[in-house]
Amino acid sequence: MHLILSSVAIQLLCGITVLFLRRNSRFTSGVGAAGPIVACVIGLIPALKTLSGIANNPIHASWNMPLGTISLGLDGLSALFLLPILGLGALSAIYGIGYLRPYREHKSLNTSWFLFNTLGASMAMVVLARSVLLFLLAWEVMSLSSFFLVAFEREKKEAREASWVYLIATHLGTSFLLAMFLLLGQNSNELDFGQLGGLTPGLAGLCFILAVVGFGTKAGILPFHVWLPEAHPAAPTHVSALMSGVMIKTGIYGILRTLSFLGPPPPWWGFTLIGIGLISGVVGVLFALAQRDLKRMLAYSSVENIGIIVTGIGVGLLGISIGSPALAALGFAGSLLHVVNHAMFKGLLFMGAGSVAHGTHTRKIDHLGGLIKRMPWTATAFLVGAIAISGLPPLNGFVSEFLIYIGAFKGAASIGNGSSIALLAVIAGLALIGGLATACFTRAFGIVFLGEPRSEHPKHAHESGQDILFPMILLAGGCFAVGLSGFGIIRASASALAGIIQPIANNGLDPAAIRAEIFFAADSLRSFTYGALAILGLIALIALLRKRLLSGRIIRQAGTWDCGYIQPTSRMQYTASSFAQPIIDLFNVFQHERKRFKPPQGYFPATAFFETKTLDTSQEGIYRPIFEMVGRTLSKLKVMQHGRIQLYVLYIVLTLIVLLFWKLR
Amino acid sequence: MQQWLELATVLLFLSNLAMLGLSELGACVRTVAFQGILLGFITLIVRQEGLSVRLLILSVMSIGLKGFVFPFLLLRSIREAGVRREVEPFVGYVTSVVGGLLMLAVSMWISARIPATATAMSSFQIPVALSTIFTGLFLVVSRRKALNQVIGYLVFESGIYMFGITAVGEIPFLIELGVLLDVFVAVFVMGIAMNHINREFDHIDADQLSSLKG
Amino acid sequence: MNAQSIVYSASALLFSPLLLGVINRVKAIFAGRTGQPLLQTYYDLSKLFRKGAVYSTTSSWVFRAGPTVGLASVLVALAITPFGRVPALLNFPGDLLLLAYALGLMRFFTVIAALDTGSAFEGMGASREVQFSALAEPAFLLCLAALACKTQSLSLSTIISRMNFGLWAKDGPALAMIAVAFMAVLLAENARMPVDDPTTHLELTMIHEVMVLDHSGPDFAFILYSASLKLWVMGALLIGIILPVRTGNILLDFPATLLGMIALALLIGVIESVMARLRLLRVPQLLVGAGVIAVIALILILR
Repeated sequence: MHLILSSVAIQLLCGITVLFLRRNSRFTSGVGAAGPIVACVIGLIPALKTLSGIANNPIHASWNMPLGTISLGLDGLSALFLLPILGLGALSAIYGIGYLRPYREHKSLNTSWFLFNTLGASMAMVVLARSVLLFLLAWEVMSLSSFFLVAFEREKKEAREASWVYLIATHLGTSFLLAMFLLLGQNSNELDFGQLGGLTPGLAGLCFILAVVGFGTKAGILPFHVWLPEAHPAAPTHVSALMSGVMIKTGIYGILRTLSFLGPPPPWWGFTLIGIGLISGVVGVLFALAQRDLKRMLAYSSVENIGIIVTGIGVGLLGISIGSPALAALGFAGSLLHVVNHAMFKGLLFMGAGSVAHGTHTRKIDHLGGLIKRMPWTATAFLVGAIAISGLPPLNGFVSEFLIYIGAFKGAASIGNGSSIALLAVIAGLALIGGLATACFTRAFGIVFLGEPRSEHPKHAHESGQDILFPMILLAGGCFAVGLSGFGIIRASASALAGIIQPIANNGLDPAAIRAEIFFAADSLRSFTYGALAILGLIALIALLRKRLLSGRIIRQAGTWDCGYIQPTSRMQYTASSFAQPIIDLFNVFQHERKRFKPPQGYFPATAFFETKTLDTSQEGIYRPIFEMVGRTLSKLKVMQHGRIQLYVLYIVLTLIVLLFWKLR
Repeated sequence: MQQWLELATVLLFLSNLAMLGLSELGACVRTVAFQGILLGFITLIVRQEGLSVRLLILSVMSIGLKGFVFPFLLLRSIREAGVRREVEPFVGYVTSVVGGLLMLAVSMWISARIPATATAMSSFQIPVALSTIFTGLFLVVSRRKALNQVIGYLVFESGIYMFGITAVGEIPFLIELGVLLDVFVAVFVMGIAMNHINREFDHIDADQLSSLKG
Repeated sequence: MNAQSIVYSASALLFSPLLLGVINRVKAIFAGRTGQPLLQTYYDLSKLFRKGAVYSTTSSWVFRAGPTVGLASVLVALAITPFGRVPALLNFPGDLLLLAYALGLMRFFTVIAALDTGSAFEGMGASREVQFSALAEPAFLLCLAALACKTQSLSLSTIISRMNFGLWAKDGPALAMIAVAFMAVLLAENARMPVDDPTTHLELTMIHEVMVLDHSGPDFAFILYSASLKLWVMGALLIGIILPVRTGNILLDFPATLLGMIALALLIGVIESVMARLRLLRVPQLLVGAGVIAVIALILILR
């Protein structure tokens, strides 16, 4: 506990120190980045101990403060979320050193590093808090610090708008959380997590919905995701990596923590989460496919992955409510592991995107191309991330998806009633998401890094510096390591997983059965990993064979086969938009593509253009009308605002009098 | 016997899906004919107590009317009206097929909650009957051509028929014949109306009928 | 792992190019030609293995790695595919997912290798490939799920060994629908006729052929061999379902399944001869239809 607290304290300390340094002095970035790095080194020890079951009794501490008791705790669930918070925090900080260097001239890096440290500390605090007040305080600090970080380039209009959208969305979400905690805390006067709950089934259901909406807004599930594709691209890359990889996961943490207060889950909770998860997954990846901005695409792909995580939780909840340890264990294990995995590859991909933007000064996918020759390290790391996020072996993405799949297969085979229909939806949905993710990331990698440059931007690209590449290579290595040792990790954390599932199941399942299921999955995953290793081995063998075959033969270089067309130019290449167009057209139910075009006319056509824009259905269909209505209504209140100070004083006096009467009533 | 019934029921549902996914009018009509023949076959084997004259007459009527007479009329009106052979749906084909699956899911949910399933030999019959009804309604609503609406109406009727012979033990013979005759008249009237509309307006797009309201 | 599995795997490695020969021969006979020799694919392979290579100046290591990764993945897929009653070299609960993932990895690298050339044609093929495979994937996994539910097993080897005629007598409609859906997936995944045209040289209409336009020499041999192995893998599964000869005598079962494979190749040849390629807009309907049929089969089984 001391270690974990000091890790939080160090971040705060470094954050404050950096504020007092001279503006953009030589030490600013060093001190600023030191906070998350040291915090990671110190904090990972207790987190890993808790997860591996060495420190198996959850640590709990509380102090009496003037405003009530403040308590902290570290159990399996907190520890699991601490891993990405601390790990990716440290790597993003290293990345940030290099990434922020060009901004030295005209930006205060001190503030940025202060906020970065605050964000890291507050996220850690969110998962450690065990009393409602502290939790909400940390939650709010997290939201605000990330809001200011998004507004880092506030001279740009998009960044300003994005940060406002984010601020409004996150506070709307928080308002649901306040209502939820009020309901949850009605039976206790201390608002300590231990005393929450004890609700009637009806109220528990209401709390569940409030939690899904409130925490779901932070997590970015459909249709509350609208802030995500605005805010993540606008933030500096190391921040968007942290936000997309880790911060949105605090929403998942919140849902899981809340579930443990709510008593035994009825089946409809599981069905709801599976439905929401699959829709978020499919629609998220479809929107990702339609994006032209590299970082915006990654932001939408976060919606997709949150969808997979939520689906896994749904499968787990369904397992608890129908009493199937296989479903419960594998659903939760898969989604929790995906939390960590997604942090790794999404962090990696964001860093890759940042490195591309750094080298070429553009994020437009259709303007890039051929970067693999100019930025070989970035390209390779991005490729690793792309394979991982498509859920393909031998990288880490498949491990978590495999667990959810196996859970759904086992469940569908053994249950055989209405619930199994939901599991079929999970199998079909995950398969569709996987296929579309492959489409999405072959497009991203293929158009950005392969082929010929499509504009002037990538022609002058240069590889990024070591401090930008180092975290990426580390994360890519991590993707391999988790992919190949996933079975061992699951086996080692079986007890911790059982410990996480137990409170949610209200002790309704036998922990031994849960462990047995996880061991079963770990065994089958081990064989699976052997298969993946066999692929790697065969690749090496065939590559050797190929080398032998080609040695001494004539190997020529020529232009790409152009099917007889003379003088192909790089602008004739397939673009990202044309690559995605058939899929977008096919799924036009979910998204609206606005097309404007003027076809070429006559024998010597002068002007012709074609323009498409894919709009976010939920933004256009739900939020815009609502906010416009609110805006219209509120604009009527403008009459109150006329700039005469006397009248403002009158308002205050009137309010006080009304309040007085109300109290004396 | 149950195997055959199961197979026929599944084929009935598959033909619904085909109707939702097919883009050519003639193919839709032929699928309707296939459905009619299938229903005649189902009529023969659906009763545990075995064959009776009543069932035989119903079966022959169904095969004769739906399998041959209606399709003949419809194909002729396609030929004579000279319409384009595309279905021109409001809702896309793939979406319609997936919608058909959802309709089956809803029907299963409903049929688990109505008591009529007791007489059915296979638990798949009632859901398929209900989903055939829904498919018919969906076809009426979601397709542009008047001819498609006739087809939708026929599918709808097939659903009611299937439901009738499965769920309700003893439908009076006359009512069933009455339903068949009703459909016959309806198809007749629609055929005539369509020809007239075609003569007046040069097309049979049902959504253009709104210009008639004055 | 036992001797039978090793013998079988070796025979798969040996016989798989024959399937392409049979298909081409059937098509030739339908067209009234004599056609190429049955062993043409072997001649092509040996010729390509002996050649040098030409690489585009645009392409990078990704292009060179594509065929290698593809062949490695499909070899692993072969190692988990049972052949009739003969279990696969590798079998464990959950291996059906490894099959899907290995084929997915192969597809990923084929697609990025195509994009690496910077050719508009290959980009077009890649775009179509990812679109159709994204739709085939759910249908494929639903078929596998249906089989897993039917036989209460998560391993392909166990699933296929538990298939028998009794099961067909009991659950004929469901199994038939699985077979139909699987056949559609097989045709789509192997770039066969109603979805893709393996013979045309009009680049605008092709999918798989156009993606590999730029490969040459041993790389192209790897691609050709991977394609025939992939056809073998999926064909072996389909034959395992629809031809469950399980007399218990390996000398009878093995040739029966082998004959089944040849029959499948004949069937594909006939389909290719009598059907026209679907319009590209209609292919998604075919694949979604296959998925829907698999769902109905599952509902029948789970009920």
